[in-house]
Amino acid sequence: MTKRAPLSLLIFVIVYLLFLYAPVVLLPLFAFNDSAIIAFPLDGFTMKWFWALGEEESLFRALKNSLIIAVSASLLSTCFGLLTARALARHQFLGKQAIFGLIMAPLFLPEIIIGVSILIVLMQLGLNLSIWTVIAGHVLIVTPFSVSILTTSFSNMDRSLEEASLDLGETNFGTFRRVILPLVAPGLISSLLIGFTISLDEFVIAFFLTGTDPTLPVYIWSMLRFPSKLPTVMALGFVLLVMSLILLSLFEYFRRRSEKLTGGYGKTQHHIAQEGE
Amino acid sequence: MASPSPKKQTNVPSMVKLSGIRKSFTDVEVVKGVDLDIGKGEFFSLLGPSGCGKTTLLRMIAGFESANEGIISINGEQMNKVDANERPTNMVFQSYAIFPHLNVAQNVAYGLKKLGLSKDEMKKKVDEMLKLVDLDGYQERQSYALSGGQRQRVALARALIMEPKVLLLDEPLSALDKKLREHMQQELRRLQRTLGITFILVTHDQEEALIMSDRIAVMFDGKIAQVGTPREIYERPVSQRVASFIGVMNFLKGDLNGKTEKGISITSDMFGEIMLDANQMPSPLEPGAVTIGIRPEMMSVLYRDSDAADNRLTVKVTSVDYYGDMTFYAVSIPKSENHLSVCMRNTVGRHVYQLDDDIVIGWSNASMVVLR
Amino acid sequence: MSAVGTLRSKIKSSVPGWRLIGGPFLFGFLLLLTPLLLMILLSFWTQNYLKLDRTFTINNYVEVFSHPVYFTLIKRSLNISLLVTLTTVLLAFPVAYYISFYGGKRKAFLLFLITIPFWTSYLLRIFLWKIILGYNGVINSGLMSLNIIEEPLSFILYNSNAVVLALAHAYAPFAILPIFVSLEKIDRSLLEAGRDLGDSALRSFFHITLPLAMPGLIAAALIIFIPTIGDYVTPRLVGGTDGLMIANMIQVQFSKANNAPLGTALAIVSLSIVVFISLLFILINRRYLRRQV
Repeated sequence: MTKRAPLSLLIFVIVYLLFLYAPVVLLPLFAFNDSAIIAFPLDGFTMKWFWALGEEESLFRALKNSLIIAVSASLLSTCFGLLTARALARHQFLGKQAIFGLIMAPLFLPEIIIGVSILIVLMQLGLNLSIWTVIAGHVLIVTPFSVSILTTSFSNMDRSLEEASLDLGETNFGTFRRVILPLVAPGLISSLLIGFTISLDEFVIAFFLTGTDPTLPVYIWSMLRFPSKLPTVMALGFVLLVMSLILLSLFEYFRRRSEKLTGGYGKTQHHIAQEGE
Repeated sequence: MASPSPKKQTNVPSMVKLSGIRKSFTDVEVVKGVDLDIGKGEFFSLLGPSGCGKTTLLRMIAGFESANEGIISINGEQMNKVDANERPTNMVFQSYAIFPHLNVAQNVAYGLKKLGLSKDEMKKKVDEMLKLVDLDGYQERQSYALSGGQRQRVALARALIMEPKVLLLDEPLSALDKKLREHMQQELRRLQRTLGITFILVTHDQEEALIMSDRIAVMFDGKIAQVGTPREIYERPVSQRVASFIGVMNFLKGDLNGKTEKGISITSDMFGEIMLDANQMPSPLEPGAVTIGIRPEMMSVLYRDSDAADNRLTVKVTSVDYYGDMTFYAVSIPKSENHLSVCMRNTVGRHVYQLDDDIVIGWSNASMVVLR
Repeated sequence: MSAVGTLRSKIKSSVPGWRLIGGPFLFGFLLLLTPLLLMILLSFWTQNYLKLDRTFTINNYVEVFSHPVYFTLIKRSLNISLLVTLTTVLLAFPVAYYISFYGGKRKAFLLFLITIPFWTSYLLRIFLWKIILGYNGVINSGLMSLNIIEEPLSFILYNSNAVVLALAHAYAPFAILPIFVSLEKIDRSLLEAGRDLGDSALRSFFHITLPLAMPGLIAAALIIFIPTIGDYVTPRLVGGTDGLMIANMIQVQFSKANNAPLGTALAIVSLSIVVFISLLFILINRRYLRRQV
């Protein structure tokens, strides 16, 4: 049924893809380029920028900070997302719309506004900037994503499953542990991954709220000012790209495997139901 | 309105007793004062159109909803303040609610985890229960790989293994195709007889309720319209609404003259004054205009003049629906707005009439019921 | 039931929901609502070197609207982000259309192909445009080696066009994905019905496909417009002095200029513009959604 695309459309798509890939193909070119200057023509092949990466102690400190922040922010926002999605999906309460609006609002605010507003509070309270202030800012912007992912998980879940569990004598907590948690697990994992990715790459809020412990993007930002560091930064960018793609492929692999195990509820179910008893 | 007495089968101790149950959701009242007494070991059906409050009533018995007013007691104990997980009831859900992340055996054993049984005991119980519902050998089957009928059996086994005092069934057969549904009706009836547990079935399918139940409560608009055995409900409906919900019924206008020792006396333009048995008026009515109901299969086409009938009428055929085993005729009464349906079993050599044929139909006095 | 009784029963039935959402709500209240309110307050105060003068004044706003620097920056930010939104959505639509209508079994793969370039640092992606557009950059050295130009072109970097280009690149997946989703939702039998009733291909595109894809287009526009108007990184890296935007000025007020009240006033004016234009988008979207029902 799929017809052939018009040639002009096909050409447009190819040109657009070239546009999308234009910056990123430069990463490996300059990461392996044996020249301290980022310019054409290229010189020979080298791995030295990658070895130089290994000697950047401040890079590893920044990476460590970023990992702490990304893990904490994704965990916290997933917890918030779980509570919020649950409340929205299963309960009626006064102020539902307003509270939902407040929690989702960061999605509709430029990050600089969030960075500035939190900074002001901290200044007024005389608090120092630290990893924790960055975590707070990141939780704020990641929570809306967690909420929307987990709301989908909850609304796809048959409500009578919980009732069945209660009916069979299980407590509320037991029902949560034995039925709800396993069923929203894929949503939880997506929420954690999205939160981790967003936090790890977020610059503006971290730039405003970071103290003496820079995050990885803040560190990269400071490196960009030194031309001599640029080849190392290219190497770093390439490493980040490769690692994310590996992680992504692994995630996709496990997702498909779990889909196979659970039969991707529904799809196969229909299939097998047709075979009769 | 004369409320139908929530009478119980004689000599059966009470299992579920509802008195004065009311329930509202936000501002809409969906259950408007229900009294019921369901006996031990009874197969009881709540029958009604969708939105009549039957499912809400069932969910209140299960403990998923709490009544705004009234008392729910099970086996003599008041249940209003008891949570769903503490009640001696178990439920088979309309969607079956099979846990998708667990296999068949894990689903069935779900509620046993709380009882602290040993692994062997648990396995033994699960195996026994699966045998009972005809699913032996499916222990390790993943729940997504089950057909609709198998899911229903798992749901049944999962509920029955808890040895409930009352099994609640919320439209359990509505998702199955016709053949399988009929098979499961037999199967459920058999299970209920073997186990002797009280079953409460919610259904909108009158045929299903008639086939399976010991007693039926017909519900409309949050109230119970009639409680009785399938025969009482079918043959002696108290109102036109109940009569039409449980199948097809012809209604004729008539007048109730009064009640005497011999029975009740009614008059109609069509057949003059006749006497009927007192039990042909299931709910006591005041003298005056009443409706007389006759089921289509109680009327017959008189092929010969010599065929006996208490009442006979010459009518014109206005439509013919041939069902194979039956033929349904819609007929019009000359000089009258009235239309009747007559249903005849098709037998060898029996003539099937055509449109516009003039035919004679007849019925006996005993087939009539006087109702609101 | 009396009004008080109804309210009381509503409050009572709200408790389970509140208990769940209380934590996230409190967090949002303390870290979003309170800061935003405090920001409004601060914008009416004055910075006196190291001390904060808390007498109410609208001087900060007067300065924002009277000083041409701020006005120019706000206008430029708005222009750039609207231009980015428009170009990104226009360029993304055919791609999303291609994947949805001609992707066949390779849809997931094609979408993955589109996201690959975005799995590295945002900062680096923007910075790489500097390398492409720069004086010794890819374009200049390429054109020079082909003898098309003799001197490197200097007008391609450090201006607002470079900012638009880099942002249109950075937000490409955020446009393609929502548009793709909305195209996927279109019931193909509608198009067939249209063609069956004699619509030309063009007509069925403009009368069926485009209106039905509108919610996706508008969602994409919002997703791009909101963050780009407050973007800090791109103007700093590829904008030069002619391409700076309002976020850069806000940052300057908070650091070098040490004038937080003026910075917040700038932030609040930008925020008002964002809210106003977003509401416009949402209103348009409502109209399309209603029509679909």
